[in-house]
Amino acid sequence: MSRIKDLQKNLFGGTTSNARQFGMIFTLVAIVLIFQIWTNGLTLRSDNLIALFQQNSYILILAIGMLMVIVAGHIDLSVGSVAAFTGILVAKSMTEWDLPWPAAIVFGLAIGAVIGAWQGFWVAYIGVPAFIVTLAGMLLFRGGNQFIGNAQSIPVPEGFREIGSGFLPEFGPNTGYNNATLLLGLAAAVAIVWRELQLRKTRRAMDADPAPMWISILRMAVMVGVIAFAALRFASGRVGTSFPISGIILVALVIAYSFYTRNTAGGRHIYAVGGNSRAAELSGVKLKRVNFFVMMNMSVLAALAGMIFVARSQASGPQDGNGWELDAIAAVFIGGAAVAGGIGTISGSIVGGLVMAVLNNGLQLQGVGTDKVQIIKGLVLLLAVAIDVYNKSQGRFSIIGSLMRPFRRDDSASPPSPPDAEREPAKAAVSG
Amino acid sequence: MSDVPILLEMRSITKEFPGVKALSDVNLVVRAGEIHAICGENGAGKSTLMKVLSGVYPYGTYDGQIIYQGAETRFSDIRASESAGIVIIHQELALIPGMSITENIFLGNEPRKRGAIDWTAANRMALDLMARVGLQEDPDTLIKDIGVGKQQLVEIAKAFAKDVKLLILDEPTAALNEADSRHLLDLLRGFRSRGITSIMISHKLNEIEAIADQITILRDGRTVETLNVKADGVDEDRIVRGMVGRELSSRFPDHTPKIGEVFFEVRNWNVRHPISADRQVCKNESFVVRRGEIVGFAGLMGAGRTELAMSVFGRSYGVYESGTIIKDGKEIVLKSVADAIDNGLAYVSEDRKALGLNLLDDIKSSTVAAKLSKISHRGVLSEVEEYQAAEAYRKELRTKAPTVDEGVSKLSGGNQQKVVLAKWMFTDPDLLILDEPTRGIDVGAKYEIYGIIQRLADQGKGVVVISSELPELIGLCDRIYTVFEGAITGEIARADADPETLMKQMTSTKKLATR
Repeated sequence: MSRIKDLQKNLFGGTTSNARQFGMIFTLVAIVLIFQIWTNGLTLRSDNLIALFQQNSYILILAIGMLMVIVAGHIDLSVGSVAAFTGILVAKSMTEWDLPWPAAIVFGLAIGAVIGAWQGFWVAYIGVPAFIVTLAGMLLFRGGNQFIGNAQSIPVPEGFREIGSGFLPEFGPNTGYNNATLLLGLAAAVAIVWRELQLRKTRRAMDADPAPMWISILRMAVMVGVIAFAALRFASGRVGTSFPISGIILVALVIAYSFYTRNTAGGRHIYAVGGNSRAAELSGVKLKRVNFFVMMNMSVLAALAGMIFVARSQASGPQDGNGWELDAIAAVFIGGAAVAGGIGTISGSIVGGLVMAVLNNGLQLQGVGTDKVQIIKGLVLLLAVAIDVYNKSQGRFSIIGSLMRPFRRDDSASPPSPPDAEREPAKAAVSG
Repeated sequence: MSDVPILLEMRSITKEFPGVKALSDVNLVVRAGEIHAICGENGAGKSTLMKVLSGVYPYGTYDGQIIYQGAETRFSDIRASESAGIVIIHQELALIPGMSITENIFLGNEPRKRGAIDWTAANRMALDLMARVGLQEDPDTLIKDIGVGKQQLVEIAKAFAKDVKLLILDEPTAALNEADSRHLLDLLRGFRSRGITSIMISHKLNEIEAIADQITILRDGRTVETLNVKADGVDEDRIVRGMVGRELSSRFPDHTPKIGEVFFEVRNWNVRHPISADRQVCKNESFVVRRGEIVGFAGLMGAGRTELAMSVFGRSYGVYESGTIIKDGKEIVLKSVADAIDNGLAYVSEDRKALGLNLLDDIKSSTVAAKLSKISHRGVLSEVEEYQAAEAYRKELRTKAPTVDEGVSKLSGGNQQKVVLAKWMFTDPDLLILDEPTRGIDVGAKYEIYGIIQRLADQGKGVVVISSELPELIGLCDRIYTVFEGAITGEIARADADPETLMKQMTSTKKLATR
């Protein structure tokens, strides 16, 4: 029994917020398995996995920026339009102004930064709610896309397409696999082992007992196993295919932004502003700067996502990025972010995005029409957030826990009262 | 008293939450027409008991009997208790800021005529109710435009609109200044003479001593005793003894100040109101702080003490007009909170929850929030150092929490305040400004906070304490400035400080006139 408890507590880090993330990962695995069975193994086939990543990398990139925007207590409705606007300008810069494609990428990111500065200025320095600013931006940049492109599509050159539809090169001995992908998988496995050991060291430095060794090993084994499986799958596709370039861009961004939000003062400040902006301000956080940054950062990422999409579809069109904002926002909320701000993680949002992506993909493989797919996605979003809200109102985090404790009725619905001091002596005794 | 009929009797009330017994076998007898005070430290069970009485915890979720007006009652919700004439006014007022006084008084209880709200009748009745509580305002005034003292009166008027027989007030004067508090207490006396029974929960023992007929003391979810104020000759010390179960020899720790040189000085400080630019909130104010000194700022609510403190703290309030800050002999210019922190200032705000803490955070991240640079190495935060810092302060300040991973929202007021203090001690300030550092904190925790303040002073820091409780200032501070309408009106040494002198200075502009 105690082993099971250990497992429950420690499998993914051991704190309650991780319990929720664990729930999401569990949901993702369950959905993947269900579709794997339902589609007779189609879901986890190499070509499908590759397509899944290629089709969703830009939404997941948006989800990274959106998470930060939502944690800071804002929203960005303009990302789809910003992506389309950047896409058309970048396409035009290459076909009509003969900009080489690497320069065009830099140009695209710069456009994102300028748009972001524009929106950030209104939000942070004038104080217009982000909902309004980005609703305006949504119209503005959609119109801008169609104005510049004359409501036509503009194709993009070969080299540029790599960022959207490119793959890792083939090199080295013929192993029957894509060697680059295998190496990447190996690096990831090493990183996971290193991180786990690092985590144990940190826990020990914090006078807390690290998780039992067998759990650490189990955790490492599970994750390394997943990575090995994924690496082999991605490496064994049609010759010339591998883990896609856009996926690599995504993974790099996820790692960088996770680090930024968790381990730097700037990241902390975003959470502080979303949790209590006045308290943050009185703690020396530069409120305007933080708000400006998250809005600007979002537009830069939207520009990147737009370029990847254009590269994948080989042309920039007037309807690019329609509805992306909703997909990105849904991913963030399914991933456990709070509507009021202050809560949420990058990894949670990515998992939330993947849940939607797999759902989308699996239903399409089964030939379910887009009408029904939308209905199902809507219900999943509502349900995921409703379960979370319900659990929070009950003062607990796990669904399993709720089944164990029927009829528990707390005072959580009543006005706030001083917490039970009766409980405190006991706590103090425990903590010494 | 014993010949007066009993209005309410709560018999052996026991209320359990999973894992905690909040009330065990509590008895309460309230006679008609009296003011009955309920005392106890935070967590003693006062609020829980009132929630049982008012039906927040419906019949069946607790054990025991409630006899009200001679019959056993079984309230299923607040509406049921309200229709029986039991109205509870919570510490956090339940008013809608954007609605008028009339709208608030009749919220959920609107007088109707053929299905539509009869605003003519409502306004007429509102005026009548407002007269009964001594509130002189236009009934169309919005709640957000009147002070907290008047808001409290609106709450009481609202209770009257429900034909109250038993009025329960939870910390009614916690947010009020002395004048408003006095008005409220007078009002309660008036109600008593008109036969309305009141139950009052309060931490302010001087008020209880002054107004209550009977006092029931709770400790750890049990009834300790019920005292008759007149017959038993009850005073504050007697109540404290009942509450803490021991004699608190002094409410302030012994302390011999070690006062050094003047190191912090504010000269001719002028600040305007952030919105109405013609209102001056700081009028040519000057003060000094010495190392090792605890300096008090006394004043009525709205006198401009918080505004002065916040405007000095990196211009976080109002529009700076003129004035200089001199620290260690050099003039410093603090244009932002970050500047102020870098120059060794710390400001602990009066509103812990709204301005002091991010309630989503845990103790760990709250402790380091105001100086992340201290645990950063090349821009990367060290989780280990964060933990070590938070843990050190938890031990030093004796914050009651199982670990520093505990969310601050789960802590009691006193422990939250300790976390806020830790957060600012972590910034290594030379000058700490504490705004109402013990508001809403129970007696035991107050004593500890005073001890912390004194230790900080002994380390050679300057401490500024803003407080609305005069005994606190007199007991704690080495020197007290009085503030009235945005101007400093007096400076009183500890030896000369007594409530009367302070009160006089806090309500006069005498000194300002001579300037």
